[in-house]
Amino acid sequence: MAVVFQKPKSLADIPLHYCPGCPHGIIHRLVAEVLDELGIEGKAIGVAPVGCAVMAYDYFNCDMIEAAHGRAPAVATGIKRCRPENIVFTYQGDGDLASIGMAETVHAAARNENITVIFVNNAIYGMTGGQMAPTSLPGQVTQTSPYGRDVNHCGWPIKVCEMLSTLEGPEFIARVAANNVKNVNQAKKAIKKAFQNQIEGKGFSLVEVVSACPTNWGMTPQQALKWVESDMLPYYPIGVYKDRTAAKEAAK
Amino acid sequence: MKTTQILIAGFGGQGILFAGKFLAYKGLMEELQVSWLPSYGPEMRGGTANCNVILSDTPVGSPIITAPDVLIAMNLPSLQKYVDTVVPGGQIYVDSSLIDAKVERTDVQVFYIPATQMAKDNGIATLANMIIAGHLLQNHPELSFTGTDAVVSKLVPPKKAALVELNMKALQLGKDYTA
Amino acid sequence: MAERVLMKGNEAIAEAAIRAGCRHYFGYPITPQTEIAAYMAKKMPKIGGVFLQAESEIASINMVYGAAAAGMRVMTSSSSPGISLKAEGLSYIAGSDVPALVVNVQRGGPGLGGIQPSQSDYFQATKGGGHGDYRMIVLAPASVQEMASLTIKGFNLADKYLMTSMILADGTIGQMMEPITFEDAEIETYEKPWALTGTNCERPHNIVNSLYLKPDELEVKNMERYERYKLVEQNEPMWEEYMMEDAELCVVAFGIASRVAKNAVVAARNEGIKVGLIRPITLWPFPKDALLAAADKVKGFISVELNMGQMIEDVRLYTQCKKPVGLCSRCGGMIPSPEEVLESIRKAQKGEF
Repeated sequence: MAVVFQKPKSLADIPLHYCPGCPHGIIHRLVAEVLDELGIEGKAIGVAPVGCAVMAYDYFNCDMIEAAHGRAPAVATGIKRCRPENIVFTYQGDGDLASIGMAETVHAAARNENITVIFVNNAIYGMTGGQMAPTSLPGQVTQTSPYGRDVNHCGWPIKVCEMLSTLEGPEFIARVAANNVKNVNQAKKAIKKAFQNQIEGKGFSLVEVVSACPTNWGMTPQQALKWVESDMLPYYPIGVYKDRTAAKEAAK
Repeated sequence: MKTTQILIAGFGGQGILFAGKFLAYKGLMEELQVSWLPSYGPEMRGGTANCNVILSDTPVGSPIITAPDVLIAMNLPSLQKYVDTVVPGGQIYVDSSLIDAKVERTDVQVFYIPATQMAKDNGIATLANMIIAGHLLQNHPELSFTGTDAVVSKLVPPKKAALVELNMKALQLGKDYTA
Repeated sequence: MAERVLMKGNEAIAEAAIRAGCRHYFGYPITPQTEIAAYMAKKMPKIGGVFLQAESEIASINMVYGAAAAGMRVMTSSSSPGISLKAEGLSYIAGSDVPALVVNVQRGGPGLGGIQPSQSDYFQATKGGGHGDYRMIVLAPASVQEMASLTIKGFNLADKYLMTSMILADGTIGQMMEPITFEDAEIETYEKPWALTGTNCERPHNIVNSLYLKPDELEVKNMERYERYKLVEQNEPMWEEYMMEDAELCVVAFGIASRVAKNAVVAARNEGIKVGLIRPITLWPFPKDALLAAADKVKGFISVELNMGQMIEDVRLYTQCKKPVGLCSRCGGMIPSPEEVLESIRKAQKGEF
């Protein structure tokens, strides 16, 4: 019998702990498919964050390390500078990357570290039970913004791609989404490019994947995907925010 | 000195912690010393949940229950995990619509209550927990049934006041249940 | 009489802090203490207070430093890995002699560890954590009621001695609910002439600082600070003695471990073993006098802890090694059962420590 669908080699054959309807499983799969297709599973070293994806070290079959909260880009820098021949990536959430780890993120980008960053933005802290994230939308109700995020009190959401694309440093900054088939396919292309860039030595590539958290948003998975479309994507538009190589070629 | 240690276990979403809170508040109302200790972990829907409730007429020592007087098992893994920890002479409440297995021990009292099915049949699908709690009250005179409406009102957030009546209905169903 | 209400330990800390006059809370989410932040997020805006979720633990402790220097009753809370991040700020707060309350609802370590209850930050809390010569008052609640009363006490002591009070709790006491009353809250207030309020052109400027480039000045500063610490050691040790009157063996345990140990002590008494319990409530200052006095009475000690054996070093130190000290402990988020503690007591009765 012909096998028409199977797990990528780079993804371990064990159940993921994610809640029903959580897109982390899809995004893990995209990363794993890309590792397979580029034939880099054996060279890849992944850095897991603190947050819902903390146990990603069990899920990817490549070598993995668990970083302290927010420090994944620094840990990845250490690895890449020692082993430039390896493919080093981080997989981080919004609290990890855009709150406690913002300094590490910005400076890794500014140094154009030749690493790949997968940034999953679901506008909330999942693992700790639904607190306000740096990317929570204005008015969004969370455990620590019980009256809705008041931008006059705790500031505005951070648009990571827009911000990082102002830096000279990074090679490639793109935002994608994991809410429907079309967007998932597009997300995979961006992730593949982010790894391809590293293979070619081009430098820091970050792909932000706009995702959903049905559990902590208090929605069904279907409602959550709709909310991504209706509320998240208008605030966090999909697109390529920086592509140095493409820009250079266009300028020729 | 009378101390009752109640272990409630099942899936997340079955109201395990809520049923425990209800019994703890009921104990508080009866002027008992009480403690309520939940299992806690990463937020995962569908994971296992349990809670330890201790009711006593003297100050509660350790809030952690290793040998319960009462076990409420809301799913099979919970029954299998804890059945042998119940003290001889203790009670086990089994949601028999979710658990086919029978308790083989003969030194404990076992109550099989098809709580989940009863809840469905009565249009209160999420309140199997309170049906079992109602039956437990019936067997524990130190807690009694009087004043339960005040306890439920305390536990249900004002926004969901309609749930008070449904919880009372569940408790009553449990109270009236005979095998 | 004030009403008895059921509250989670974490919520009791938050409510007590508000009653103690704390109107400024800065924190960052981490399990198993997030209820404190959630409670503050709900309550503070309604009472004119400030709840702010910082971008990191490092930022939050530095916000605390700023608010403390401004003369406010201020707090932060976290759990073990987050406290390690706050260590830098704790040292600056100590070096600048400003008062603050810091809560550590401990979980298993080291590293990211786990999220289940632990007492493995005893060394970090009582022996330093940050750099430099400094101390913190370390309060170890064993019940939800004490989560509240020691929070209020912690604010009072911090203001009185111009230092940090740390509530060293654990995941169990943070998550459990018990009845609690707030009737006895005794709020002390202290003048803070050193606070940054603006001179209003009416006084010389105040400087809150921990930098002293001249070594002789820094030495004097540290010595002055240690004079204050000496007063804390004289005046503030707190402990509970349980069945110690005729005890021939002494169990030493704090926090949740003491609750388990109490069950074991009762069980051992039922077997005719004369055993008692000393429960340090302040871990710094450690109740040395109580321990030393017991050392002249009992055959030996058993330290019951949720770690690989940390407080046991202080038990040995302050009993001057007069009697043997055994260890009964679990770690990593595991909690010893009363039976395990009872077994240690039985062994100690036979002279095995």
